[in-house]
Amino acid sequence: MNIAVVVRQVPDLIEPLEIAPCGTAIDLDAASFILNESDDHALEQALLLKEAGGGTVTVVALDSGDVDNTLYTAAAKGADALIKISQQDHAPRSPRTAAARYAEAVKPLGADLVLVGVQAHDELDGALPPFLAAAMGLPYVGVIRGVRAATETGAVIVCKEFPGAVMAQVRVKLPAILGILGADQPPRYVPVSRIRAAMKSAQLSECEAAAPQREPLVSVVRLVPPAPAARAEMLSGSEAEVAARIADILSAKGLVK
Amino acid sequence: MSAQDVLVLAEIRGETLDAVTLELLAAARGLVSATGGNVGVIVLGRDGAGHASSMGAADRIIVFDDPQLSTYAPETYVAALGELLAAERPRALLIGATSIGWDVAPLVAARLDAPLVIGCIRIMDGEGDLRVTASFYGGKMLAECRVTGAPAILMVQPGSFRPASEPGKAEIEIRTLAAPLQPGAIAFEQWILPQAGDVDITQHDVLVAIGRGIQQKDNVELAESLAQALGGAVCASRPVVDQGWLPATRQVGKSGMTVKPKLYFALGISGAPEHQEGMKGADLVIAVNTDPKAPIFDVAHYGAELDILDLLPALTEAIEAKRG
Ligand SMILES: Cc1cc2nc3c(=O)[nH]c(=O)nc-3n(C[C@H](O)[C@H](O)[C@H](O)COP(=O)(O)OP(=O)(O)OC[C@H]3O[C@@H](n4cnc5c(N)ncnc54)[C@H](O)[C@@H]3O)c2cc1C
Ligand SMILES: Nc1ncnc2c1ncn2[C@@H]1O[C@H](COP(=O)(O)O)[C@@H](O)[C@H]1O
Repeated sequence: MNIAVVVRQVPDLIEPLEIAPCGTAIDLDAASFILNESDDHALEQALLLKEAGGGTVTVVALDSGDVDNTLYTAAAKGADALIKISQQDHAPRSPRTAAARYAEAVKPLGADLVLVGVQAHDELDGALPPFLAAAMGLPYVGVIRGVRAATETGAVIVCKEFPGAVMAQVRVKLPAILGILGADQPPRYVPVSRIRAAMKSAQLSECEAAAPQREPLVSVVRLVPPAPAARAEMLSGSEAEVAARIADILSAKGLVK
Repeated sequence: MSAQDVLVLAEIRGETLDAVTLELLAAARGLVSATGGNVGVIVLGRDGAGHASSMGAADRIIVFDDPQLSTYAPETYVAALGELLAAERPRALLIGATSIGWDVAPLVAARLDAPLVIGCIRIMDGEGDLRVTASFYGGKMLAECRVTGAPAILMVQPGSFRPASEPGKAEIEIRTLAAPLQPGAIAFEQWILPQAGDVDITQHDVLVAIGRGIQQKDNVELAESLAQALGGAVCASRPVVDQGWLPATRQVGKSGMTVKPKLYFALGISGAPEHQEGMKGADLVIAVNTDPKAPIFDVAHYGAELDILDLLPALTEAIEAKRG
């Protein structure tokens, strides 16, 4: 099975988010970027499928953030080919633009299966995987945890998550795009030495996006940090002091028996 | 039918109407109360009669009782919704941010080239435009948006609106699709239920929930000790389950369990909306996180800005001392 994996960079939420002077976007210069978590699971799922049944894994990324490192890390984990989509203009403002640009690079691969993380926390007016499916004219299903090849060729069996740890088993005829939430196994770890080696040996091909910037259909008037209706009463002090306060609170409520 | 009408997609799993449907109805009612127009709720793949009385906040129940829709598949749902929206031209279609919503809302928006907002928590009329507030960046930022085109596809965060519960007598309209549905590439096969035998966290009064802040598998023991001292159970956010450190039956949130314990410790959990969905109903929430801006503190009663790896042993000791 030949698999394309689409990955994107997102601001790391470990760092505080700053609102840009325009007031309608995050200050991306102040953010540090990481691989979107569910995309990491999409990559892992692709590598697991390849290990189980052969084929190739091609990883495709728009040029933004620290994308080279992400791509070489994917190669170190076992990806066969890397494609970086460069963009003349700024990073796309709309996931529709991003989807059109990814589609240009992914379509010629003729992949049997395209895997993308189901969600990225910076998407507001769109979700890349179903938009990509629409741009490529392929069927889509998302919120997937786990993919395996079906006994017949040209199909996969996936688990779609529902509330209460219930899953729906779903059969998907290929080619198709899947929105991955979790892989069958946690994403593998690669040591930095292997990533460095991949930087020397792996081929990174570049292509240029042609799709024009689409005007967003939704305009952000302003960004605000959430103003909670009620915020927690903060307990301060050392670990021992806070522990004692919590024990008192629980004891007063009859929760320590 | 008017350009102010608002449609809502109902979700019925098995025999149960998903609570989010009533929340969507409340959001839709709020919007049409300002502008006029009807609220219609769309039921796919069944006759809807069994739930008609609970969906009384709607003016109309639009039913597509097509056998092709009796099990969920994105292609048939999107085809049915696409045809309905083209005929009705409503102002907005409200869909819950559920497993089905995450497929269908963007696919419908892409098909119609319609505006889409995900993570909606407030929806208002603003001089003819829709004013929508949506949560993103894991609940750490809100965007106030203006949406002009119609129909606006709004994916609503569960738990954001008080469910509409007025009893009513919405008219059921049975519709058939002009274009017969074709089975697509995606076919439901069967439900896989969680394996029985593990702890049922929905039955516990005290839950010690751990998130990515627990850092490694060996540290889960620290939470087990606290749970033991309190006679409770350990549960977790998604990343802990993804790592295989706890079974899926211990996950709290959108795709995990919904819990309502007397006490919920949220330890090293940021409080993303998908996690909050499962634990908002707890009587008492105590959150501990090294990040004072973590959204979990917005739903907690008490909080502490501490390292859980330091606090956990101290807390277990303090509880044990109280028990004597
Ligand atoms: C369709 C869908 C369904 C989902 N379903 C669920 C679900 O059912 N349940 C769920 O939980 N999530 C679910 N998610 C994922 C959700 O969006 C979040 O990614 C997840 O809840 C984050 O888990 P976390 O808080 O443990 O991790 P993070 O967001 O990474 O937060 C870790 C927190 O720990 C803090 N921390 C780190 N080290 C320490 C320390 N030593 N001491 C104290 N604090 C520390 C950090 O400050 C941070 O706030 C779902 C997502 C999607 C898209
Ligand atoms: N999300 C779900 N979780 C658990 N059980 C379900 C779910 N959806 C459907 N079921 C059950 O699966 C069976 C078939 O459901 P359906 O095909 O939706 O009518 C019924 O017994 C339902 O109760």
